[in-house]
Amino acid sequence: MRTRASLILRTTVPVLLPLFFVFAVFIFMRGHNEPGGGFSAGLVASAAFALTTVAFGPEAGRRALGLAPRVYLGAGLLVAGVSVALPVAMGEAFGKGLWTSITVLGRELKVGTPLAFDLGVLLVVVGTAAGIVFAFAEERD
Amino acid sequence: MTAWLMAVPLAVPAAAAAACLLVGRSMRMQAAITFAAAVCQLAAGVALTAEARAFGPAALAVGGWPEGAAIALVADMASAVMVVLVGTVAVLAVPFAASTIDRRREAFGFYPLVNVLLLGVAGMVLTGDLFNLYVWVEVTLIASFVLMALGGGRLQMEGATKYVALNVVASALFLTGVGVVYATMGTVSLGDLARAAHESGLAWPTESGTMLVLAALLVKAAAFPFFAWLPASYHTPPIGVTALFAGLLTKAGVFALLRVSGLLLSGGESRDTAQAVLLTLGGVTMVAGVLGAAAHTDMRRILSFHIVSQCGYMVMGAGFFSSAGYAATLFFLGHNMAAKTGLFTAAGIAYRLAGAYDVRALGGLMRRHPALAASFAVCAASLAGFPPLAGFFGKLALVQAGFTGGHFAVAGVALFTSILTLYSMTKIWHEAFWKPPPSVSTAQGRAPWPAWTALFGFAALSVTAGLAAGALFEFATLAGEALADPAAFIQLTGSAEP
Amino acid sequence: MEAVLPFVIGVLYAAGTFLMLRRALARILIGLALLTTGTNLLVFTAGGVIRGRPPLIEGDSERLTGPYADPLPQAFILTAIVIGFGVLAFAIALAYRTLRDAGTEDTDELTNSEALPEERA
Repeated sequence: MRTRASLILRTTVPVLLPLFFVFAVFIFMRGHNEPGGGFSAGLVASAAFALTTVAFGPEAGRRALGLAPRVYLGAGLLVAGVSVALPVAMGEAFGKGLWTSITVLGRELKVGTPLAFDLGVLLVVVGTAAGIVFAFAEERD
Repeated sequence: MTAWLMAVPLAVPAAAAAACLLVGRSMRMQAAITFAAAVCQLAAGVALTAEARAFGPAALAVGGWPEGAAIALVADMASAVMVVLVGTVAVLAVPFAASTIDRRREAFGFYPLVNVLLLGVAGMVLTGDLFNLYVWVEVTLIASFVLMALGGGRLQMEGATKYVALNVVASALFLTGVGVVYATMGTVSLGDLARAAHESGLAWPTESGTMLVLAALLVKAAAFPFFAWLPASYHTPPIGVTALFAGLLTKAGVFALLRVSGLLLSGGESRDTAQAVLLTLGGVTMVAGVLGAAAHTDMRRILSFHIVSQCGYMVMGAGFFSSAGYAATLFFLGHNMAAKTGLFTAAGIAYRLAGAYDVRALGGLMRRHPALAASFAVCAASLAGFPPLAGFFGKLALVQAGFTGGHFAVAGVALFTSILTLYSMTKIWHEAFWKPPPSVSTAQGRAPWPAWTALFGFAALSVTAGLAAGALFEFATLAGEALADPAAFIQLTGSAEP
Repeated sequence: MEAVLPFVIGVLYAAGTFLMLRRALARILIGLALLTTGTNLLVFTAGGVIRGRPPLIEGDSERLTGPYADPLPQAFILTAIVIGFGVLAFAIALAYRTLRDAGTEDTDELTNSEALPEERA
């Protein structure tokens, strides 16, 4: 990126970033019973990284992401894979959705293998999208 | 039967892809993981075949949903044998590819992509419904897109552009077909569709949807007139990638073609239409491929055109619509995976040793590298159909199935094509191996040992499969019966009531 | 709605096919996007178009009542959209690299890989 991003963008992006992540978590959590889920949440989250990259350059984007995109990809695949293979280990059908509920901050929260699968999807989407954005942003010719 | 076993050929490459991504920079580690995944896939295939033989076909309803609603995987003799073939090619070709690829490409995600390719191919083979077939085709395709373009450079980009453009159109055709089938039938389960096809025949909109799917699969199987993507692109990526593609991609396409046509188009009038289409295209493909090869001197291009030609045989075999035809096609498919991948490894080794793919620039390889020459000769002779090699029995069975079914013309074309195949193979043999080396001294390199192992492995397979043809045909016949008879498939993946 | 969609799909297919037959890679890409969209829309209409009735069981009832939108085609297109997104992203990157490495986006000039070595540009 040779040209500097506009002042407006550089000022608003830091403010917007937390909103993106909160919204991503919101979409992710409502995903099982209502429209939403890992894929769209992943896209929203990666939009945050894309915006950071556009506003402050790919180094800032990579810093925000923390780990290399391929780690996200690998971890996502692994989480999704474990979530479909786990029921087999517990004597259920391959890929069966297993649910349990835990109490977080006094509220009952249903967690299960489909949620883990969605988390895997989210990570894969973030890894892929961020990888694509960085590859384009770091391109120099 | 332990149903989860059929998830193994899918789960292992997926896990291996993840592990490769997480391992990061250690290429040795990534290569080891990928090789281990290939071995596991092969082992799972062998176990599936043993189980399918002992206990009959089985299905796995993913997620434990009721049959008809679940995404189903099916392991019958045909798909189990196919997993074995895919695993065998992977076990030999992955080390070859890993040892011949350059560091830059290797570091750019080569191993995860190879794993995804193996995942997609296994999915295409094992799937029990039409939409998931589409998904697995796409998984395979996207992995192959990236492998094709990996590394860049003008030639590779040109090849990849053509490959992507034509295959994406095919995918659109496929999905359109699936949409039409769903709109008219309300299901995409292959079992339910096969039941409808065999009990009442497919109504015309459904039939046309199925025909669209068939057309898309013909593109994947590189049949005339859709084969242009293959010889335009297969010579551009590194030889290891080409060898993997040659062994897996079109073959998985052919298997999907066998499955879909055997289940959905083998009843009533659709059978006659499909038979006419497949036999005609098969015959034309054989001749077109082999004639295309005649015009070229680059070994990779000659061999690429021969993939097309050989796919013609398999499309013809699908068009016989008989269990003998399916058995012969599967045997031929297995032979071809070994011989064709073996020939590409031979080309890769020749390039390493003498520095050229163009046969005009090569020469004297027989005297200098007798082991390479002997292995090449075995694979080439198997491809051309010399007894007692595997290719001879594959062609014999195909032609026999053709004559038994009364398809004399196309079986005759198959015999005629053999002679032209022999011409191409002698051309490479004479130019690269027999003639004296060119006066300009070419590079004298060395080939890594996994490449030699792969070449000897494929050559040995061609010989042993020929010598043990009787025993192997037993499996092929069972697999052919599984493809020809949709009853078991309907029972396994169809919903309880139609 | 259902009467309009076939025409929309037809136009998308036609435009997509037309653009894919052009020589410029950029047009081929747009054609590809249109073709994919048309296909997705076709799968979408495959289950019949029912508006405002998601196949979700209301909080207090036990089963679905009345006409509801078929969820299966929606799952199909969701998958197909994701695949299409991936393929399109890849194709754009590929076209860009082709333009950079080959110096042209005219498909008629992308013939180097099929020329004999001595005829290559």
